[in-house]
Amino acid sequence: MYAYVVKRLFLMIPTLFGAALLVFFLMRLLPGDPCEIRMAGTGQYADPEAIAICQKDLGLDKPRIVQFGGFIGGYFTGDLGVSMWTHQPIAYEIGLRFKLSLQLAIMTTMVAVALALPLGIISAVKQDTWIDYAVRTFSIAGIAIPSFWLGIMIILGLLIVTQAWLGEGWMPPINYVSPFKDPWGNFTQLIWPAVATGYRYSAVATRMTRSAMLEVLREDYIRTARAKGLVEKLIINRHALKNALLPVVTLIAIEFAFLIGGLVVTEQVFNLNGLGKLFVDAVGNQDFTLVQQLVMLVVLIFVATNLVVDVLYAWLDPRIRYA
Amino acid sequence: MATPQAVIDTSELDQLRIPLRTQLWRLVRKQPLGAAGAFIVIIMSLAAIFANVITSYNPVANDLASMLQSPEANHWMGTDEFGRDILTRVIYGARTALSIGLTAAFLGATGGLVLGVASAYFGGIFDLITQRIVDVLMAFPLIIMALAVVATLGPGAQNVIIAITIPFIPTCARVVRSSALAIREIPYVDAARALGFSHARIILRHMVPNVMAPYLIMLSTFVGQAILLEAVLSYLGMGVQDPTPAWGLMLKGGAEEFLESAPWVSIFPGLAISFAVFGFNLFGDAMRDVLDPKMRRD
Amino acid sequence: MKRFISRIAATTAVSLVFGVTGIGSALAVEKGGILNFVVAGETPSYDAHRETTYAAVHPYAPFYSVLIRVNPKNPQSPTDIVCDLCKGKWKVADEGKTYTFKIRDDVKFHDGTPLTAKDIVATFNKIIFPPEGVPSARKTFFKMVESVSAPDDYTVVFKLKFPSGAFLPAVAAPYNYVYSKKDLDTHGYNWHTDHINGTGPFIFVQHQPGAFVEGKKNPNYHHKGQPYLDGFKAIIAKKMSVRIQAIRGNRAAIEFRGFPPKARDDLVAALGDKVTVQESDWNCVLIATPNHKRKPFDDARVRRALSLGMDRWGGSAYLSRIAIVKTVGGVVFPNHPLAANKQELQQLAGYWPDLEKSRAEAKKLLAEAGASNLTVDYNNRDVDQPYKVVSTWLIDQWTKIGVTTKQTVRPTPAFYATLRKSHEYDVSIDFNCQSIVNPIADVSKYLCGAGNNYSQCEDPKLGEMYDNLLRTGDVKGQRAIIRQYERRALDEQAHEIITLWWYKINPHRSYVKGWKIAPSHYLNQQLDNVWLDKKLM
Repeated sequence: MYAYVVKRLFLMIPTLFGAALLVFFLMRLLPGDPCEIRMAGTGQYADPEAIAICQKDLGLDKPRIVQFGGFIGGYFTGDLGVSMWTHQPIAYEIGLRFKLSLQLAIMTTMVAVALALPLGIISAVKQDTWIDYAVRTFSIAGIAIPSFWLGIMIILGLLIVTQAWLGEGWMPPINYVSPFKDPWGNFTQLIWPAVATGYRYSAVATRMTRSAMLEVLREDYIRTARAKGLVEKLIINRHALKNALLPVVTLIAIEFAFLIGGLVVTEQVFNLNGLGKLFVDAVGNQDFTLVQQLVMLVVLIFVATNLVVDVLYAWLDPRIRYA
Repeated sequence: MATPQAVIDTSELDQLRIPLRTQLWRLVRKQPLGAAGAFIVIIMSLAAIFANVITSYNPVANDLASMLQSPEANHWMGTDEFGRDILTRVIYGARTALSIGLTAAFLGATGGLVLGVASAYFGGIFDLITQRIVDVLMAFPLIIMALAVVATLGPGAQNVIIAITIPFIPTCARVVRSSALAIREIPYVDAARALGFSHARIILRHMVPNVMAPYLIMLSTFVGQAILLEAVLSYLGMGVQDPTPAWGLMLKGGAEEFLESAPWVSIFPGLAISFAVFGFNLFGDAMRDVLDPKMRRD
Repeated sequence: MKRFISRIAATTAVSLVFGVTGIGSALAVEKGGILNFVVAGETPSYDAHRETTYAAVHPYAPFYSVLIRVNPKNPQSPTDIVCDLCKGKWKVADEGKTYTFKIRDDVKFHDGTPLTAKDIVATFNKIIFPPEGVPSARKTFFKMVESVSAPDDYTVVFKLKFPSGAFLPAVAAPYNYVYSKKDLDTHGYNWHTDHINGTGPFIFVQHQPGAFVEGKKNPNYHHKGQPYLDGFKAIIAKKMSVRIQAIRGNRAAIEFRGFPPKARDDLVAALGDKVTVQESDWNCVLIATPNHKRKPFDDARVRRALSLGMDRWGGSAYLSRIAIVKTVGGVVFPNHPLAANKQELQQLAGYWPDLEKSRAEAKKLLAEAGASNLTVDYNNRDVDQPYKVVSTWLIDQWTKIGVTTKQTVRPTPAFYATLRKSHEYDVSIDFNCQSIVNPIADVSKYLCGAGNNYSQCEDPKLGEMYDNLLRTGDVKGQRAIIRQYERRALDEQAHEIITLWWYKINPHRSYVKGWKIAPSHYLNQQLDNVWLDKKLM
């Protein structure tokens, strides 16, 4: 088991290195650089000297291989570098936004779970009835609706509905307030994006809950329980659910890991200053260093989650063996 | 020369004798959601194929006199800020969505099939390297990939297809590889190898047919995802270009600026995306139910 | 639908009138309150001397003072320039080669240091003669300046190499924040990229990157009694829909850059008299730049045909309902005394009143040049307003003279790289956006070889005309030369193809008072005379 974990940890290295190589050179394939955008982005006269100074400042005049060396070398010295746009340390830029993205990810997951578990269970219990079909239709629609569109529709809906009821249109706050300072303000801001994305994320979890429940409901011990004459509700709650939950929890954990980096479009629509927005801005500014580190963060989360899940499975299910 | 009929065995002929209507009805009874999905898919395909027959408007030409008209008899879904008929653009948009969606899904799933089977069959160092590449590609954010593809190759439909296909390949390869690994252990593959058959023959004749189920499942889920991704990329400005009618493009810009006074401009393309992806997902789900042995009912 | 549109139009008109009277009448100024406004961008650094974005102005101009500025009470006038840190009227001597400014003696930096002429000299030396390695974005605007000096603590003297009408507008540019010499001496020239110490009406409180910038009232501000606000918060919101909704849902009171006309209509329809609309011609012009190094665009006939192929007058009426463009104009900002009037414009190719004649001429020219069935490789910027909206119209216009357009929409960085560096286009969208209206300097955009002319054209004759213009002192003579220049650049040679001038629309909550729209989004942003009418909140 330990050998397996160690081996997997070692295998992460080529993956991370490959991702670093890919993001570094892909970003530099793009025409233009942060200095061009900074100096020429407004249609006014762009001073070539100012552009040259900026490029020198950012080390963009150095050979690519040296720049790449600096990027990789930073991981050994623990220095993630500074943003090419704001000159602030990247760790600081990311740290600022991490809280919001984390909180939104948690709330989104809560919404997703709150939808997925009851819907999945009822859908399995009432398999092939109209309830089942209705639930499945609802949850598949969740994957089908583009979340950016749903977000815009939610804001519009809120404005129109509140205008009709209160006489004055209300929309969620567009500035983040910490939940410890103003819990209600924080909630009214984040619940809408959480619903817009949570609905989408609930779809897969609902399906997983349903199929896991179906499988468990066919097991012998459930039949036995039924034969014993136990109340159906009890069977579902006590026996079936407990056993069906494992894969569902795993799935939710994986999705959660992705959420932190996966709220790109939602954060745009609701003007939330999280990692997704930072990423889009960084791409727009061609802030190479910041994009690199954000991509590496996403890749790291992906690889680490995969590892944890695999190890967890091995540990939980002795039938799975790893060489 | 044998006639084609001679090849068909009689049991299949028996099945064919059951009227098509009855067969369809059975399918609908067994998979009502899948049938609904298939219905949406068929409608969409028809719209895409016969776009120029269904509507007499030009999806691109401006008609400044009739800008931003609300839905009415002449324009069922209203017009946009350039006076273009939205229904027409939604119908032509189906063409864009389907051609990109189907091509990307097919290329992605097939690429994954080849890579997955090869990886499982050859194993060893080849498998190890392939799997690391698959790791990188799966973890890599799509938006960066798309941006780079569009920046180097230029925007346009075929490059959107490339951008969407790249993340599909590793996803499918992973799934196919795990199924193929199981088959590789079955004695007949060893037997075939012992008989000296070529790698290509063994892969094509023995391994590929046995991973068709996961392949088809992936293929059917990819179409819906591809349509959605195309919409997102177009919305982010990295997809197909104006004035090509594409749903994602129709949702950006003006559609957002005058959301309140002309909601039809953004509601209908949004619904079109949702319905299309919905249809393909229902269809894909049904496919999974039919093909996935674990899901097969008692 | 017709009825719906006309209803919007009616309400707009009403509120326009309402807006103007609301500002014009001498209401008693109310003090206090926090102004929330949205801003679409975020500047890479606080040091406006080195930045070009207006995002370095909107949230930061309130922290600083400048030597002279466009009159905040009359920002529409391009010539009404008044003192901010100086007092009285500056003296011009030596045949326009010496400018002497008397500096106020009651100004303090936010850290308590009193301001003297030395601070202003240090500031302009940083802008005009930066030490090596210190970027200064508008250094070239001060080509005429020989030296800046302070004969005593309250006098600043600019010596010029040659007299120039472009000098005062360059000094009055809103970017020229006055820094403290002490800060520059002790902390160096990069300190101001992430620190703020000004003499402006507001004191910097905090900047949360990606979220907002906050300022509070400066009680020691040198314009007595001002500012009226207790503070302001500049909320960063990059998406247009978010900014519009922010005004709609009263999360912000105003956006200073400009909204598209449909957003104005939406806001007016939803909010009625709770919203006031201010509108103005905008000192930005949208241009289609042909690439003279590519065939057949090296042929003036082809370029003229592209200009003749567009219905500017009709386009104006229509596009002004969906895009932030409106006014048909030549090389000079419309309404300026130096600008062409309608009769003069209508003599230029592409501005003729007879559209059919124009299109017939365009087809004829294309045929003569052997370029019927022309396909244009068109470089566009992935920003809707106004680039993509106007381009969609333009492409459709060109189909009417048989020209097909293959458009490539590029994200901003790639767009600029294509426009400025690789030149991989036949025609590119392009624009000329300036802060203070200064036609003599602004029209240099059309000069072949100018730093911001991307057409790769060559035309010594046009250059001679421009030199001539620079040497001409009287307005009448300047006007005559500019007409020749315009005819050559836009008609005979069609080096550049002007589409329409931008139009600035600022719908804001009616309780925002005292702010007046300027012809540029860079101007009048110190917020010292803005106040909130609590009765309307």
